[in-house]
Amino acid sequence: MPPTLLTGNAAAAWGARLAEVDYVPAFPITPQTEIIETLGGWLDGGLMPGRMVTLESEHSMLTAAGAAAATGVRVFSATSSQGLLYAMEMLYTVAGWRAPFVLVNVSRGLSAPITLEADHNDILAARDSGFLQLHCADCQEVLDSVLLAYRLAEDPQIRLPVLVNLDGFYLSFTREPVSLPEVEEVRKFLPPFDPMGIRFTASAPESQAVAVLGGGPYSYFRYETHLAALNGVAVYEQVAAEFTTLFGRNREAVESYRTDDAEVVFYMIGSFATKAREAVDRLREAGEKVGLLRPRLLRPFPASLIATALTGKQGVIVIDQNLSVGHGGILHTELLACLYGRPGAPPVVTSFIGGLGGRDISPQEFYHMVTVTRQAISSGTVPPPRLLYTAAELREVRKLQAIATVEREETAPGRKAADDTGAVQETADE
Amino acid sequence: MYRIRIHGRGGQGIKMASRVLGSALFHAGFNVQDAPKYGAERRGAPIFSYVRAARAPINERGTIYNPDLVVVADDTLLAVPAAGTLLGLDAHTVVLVNSHQSADTWRQRLNIDGSLLILPAGTETEDRAALPHIGATCAGAAACLLGVIDRDVLAKAIDEELAELGPDTVTKNRTNALAAFDAMADQRGCVEEGAAIAATDYVPPEWVEMPLDAARVSAPIIRASGNSVEVRTGLWRTIRPVIDYDHCKHCWWVCSTLCPDSAITVTDNTPIIDYDHCKGCMVCAGVCPPHAIAGEPEYLAQQRETSLTEREGTDATDTADR
Ligand code: SF4
Ligand code: SF4
Repeated sequence: MPPTLLTGNAAAAWGARLAEVDYVPAFPITPQTEIIETLGGWLDGGLMPGRMVTLESEHSMLTAAGAAAATGVRVFSATSSQGLLYAMEMLYTVAGWRAPFVLVNVSRGLSAPITLEADHNDILAARDSGFLQLHCADCQEVLDSVLLAYRLAEDPQIRLPVLVNLDGFYLSFTREPVSLPEVEEVRKFLPPFDPMGIRFTASAPESQAVAVLGGGPYSYFRYETHLAALNGVAVYEQVAAEFTTLFGRNREAVESYRTDDAEVVFYMIGSFATKAREAVDRLREAGEKVGLLRPRLLRPFPASLIATALTGKQGVIVIDQNLSVGHGGILHTELLACLYGRPGAPPVVTSFIGGLGGRDISPQEFYHMVTVTRQAISSGTVPPPRLLYTAAELREVRKLQAIATVEREETAPGRKAADDTGAVQETADE
Repeated sequence: MYRIRIHGRGGQGIKMASRVLGSALFHAGFNVQDAPKYGAERRGAPIFSYVRAARAPINERGTIYNPDLVVVADDTLLAVPAAGTLLGLDAHTVVLVNSHQSADTWRQRLNIDGSLLILPAGTETEDRAALPHIGATCAGAAACLLGVIDRDVLAKAIDEELAELGPDTVTKNRTNALAAFDAMADQRGCVEEGAAIAATDYVPPEWVEMPLDAARVSAPIIRASGNSVEVRTGLWRTIRPVIDYDHCKHCWWVCSTLCPDSAITVTDNTPIIDYDHCKGCMVCAGVCPPHAIAGEPEYLAQQRETSLTEREGTDATDTADR
């Protein structure tokens, strides 16, 4: 079929439709709502079989999703940000059940302060839950990843739920050309879910329970989940190869863009990585040997694929669209752990935090990160992590703070706190 | 690559405009990316949408900072800095303003050198947020200015994008858009594809070291008493309720009790609307038993006030209506 213009949200909904899902437990949240509205419209209009149930919270929604998947039907759900965190208890629980289904997360920064725009602290909060994670950079990849995610989740060696992440606004509301495969083609890639004998039916009721266990058996079950997840790298690679054969699109676990002869490599996830691709092209035009490495698969972590791709590079620029408060960028930490002690590991790994709450990253910032990293390579001194933040942005905040201070003075004269104005003035004058 | 930004207000079809233009460019053989950008999702709030179109795959993403074409569907936004209508304009940018005013007037007011064109605004409506089919009209004019979209491709894009709204709406929008397309015939193709920002001789970002501020200052919390009154929600209004005191029966409670924003006070049995905070929901007009409250387009009310002010040579007292 020729490509058509679809938003990331519509592409996610198409993924569920083409996967012929049986059950969609739902709860709306900006910027995810369009996904369930689209599916709701199709289900109501008889354009796809299956059933949607709206639950009273994301916690219940995840419980319903896990329970339904445990009965052997194919389940799809979607959430975002606060919703994902509200369901956090159940993320661990349903992963522990080894219930395979696909949950789409439309990334949005976490409160407080509140924002509607994207960063990855929501999805990365689910990092250790037992859900596998696929991260998308464009709308086509959203559709493809939903299909890949079902293969991964339902693989008998894995049997774990999978999160597919797309960025709010930058993908969720953005239309791009998307090729919709024919459902017959999809069936070749993704046959009906085979629950291998686990099938609950009304005529033959069964109960399923999860036992309370001491440390020994508990460790066994937790570690089995871990081993199944780790096995996901090999399974994913094989499934992605099959996908490429059928649909012609490369969906490798780690995207390598112009990395072969690159000396310096950007390392990041999500839709801003396409900005990095653009920057790589412009920098190449300027004679800079740079590339981009982008994990699509983040859980399981494809450590050896990443380490191999970076062997012999002079420097890596890690851009984290997240912040582990009190430590720094999560990708940076994980990359250092993966490279440590490997022969040929890049000697310089610089860390940049950017794109929090959807804050844009400009082309000039991409170019300048290369300049800074080149300086570190020649001097041998790696600079401390940097927040991508400009003087103009700080001026804006200072303005808001000044207004707040004046307002406080006007609305509560006499209650003015000297340290309020002091701190603002001091730094504003610098 | 073509980089196009379209500004308007919630309810004016600004997202639809980007979709029509996006689809038309897509049918014309371009790779396309189109998206709306909004904050608070409410009628009348400034929003913008954008379209990128190129022969090669598009890797740029998000807000356009170096537009080739800026379309302003509602000229009142040019005076709202937060709307960002003038963001990133340079000498090559074409600005198309839907306005009753002349191009010279706007060029002078905005102090811009680049090309500024006027899409003559239609007759004024009661509610600016519901200006008829302005999104499609703007898309039609923009399509002509780009010069790479044929008339029938534009019509096809409108038919597709608006299909859900029913055949009447499609027909009206198609008619308006094609008329706007034809009206721009003299300027056809005046918008040129801009270049990407080169990595040679780029202006480095002015990064700052983030200072550590005291928690009292650096927590995202405003502690002040009674400050919600400072938020001029009246700025959101597109229709203004006006009490006709000749017909008001001074019942003293119906409108003031039912106003959801407590924007009507009663003094000596006479209701007075606080236009700094009235959001223009028109609940009061609906409930007033003797039908003494009428709606006036905010835009016209503001024009009337401006001309009054100019004649009297005094400052406007109602600052909320700027
Ligand atoms: S229009 Fe709405 S907000 Fe304004 S005075 Fe009437 S009821 Fe109140
Ligand atoms: S409801 Fe009508 S009659 Fe009653 S006070 Fe308001 S304007 Fe006057």
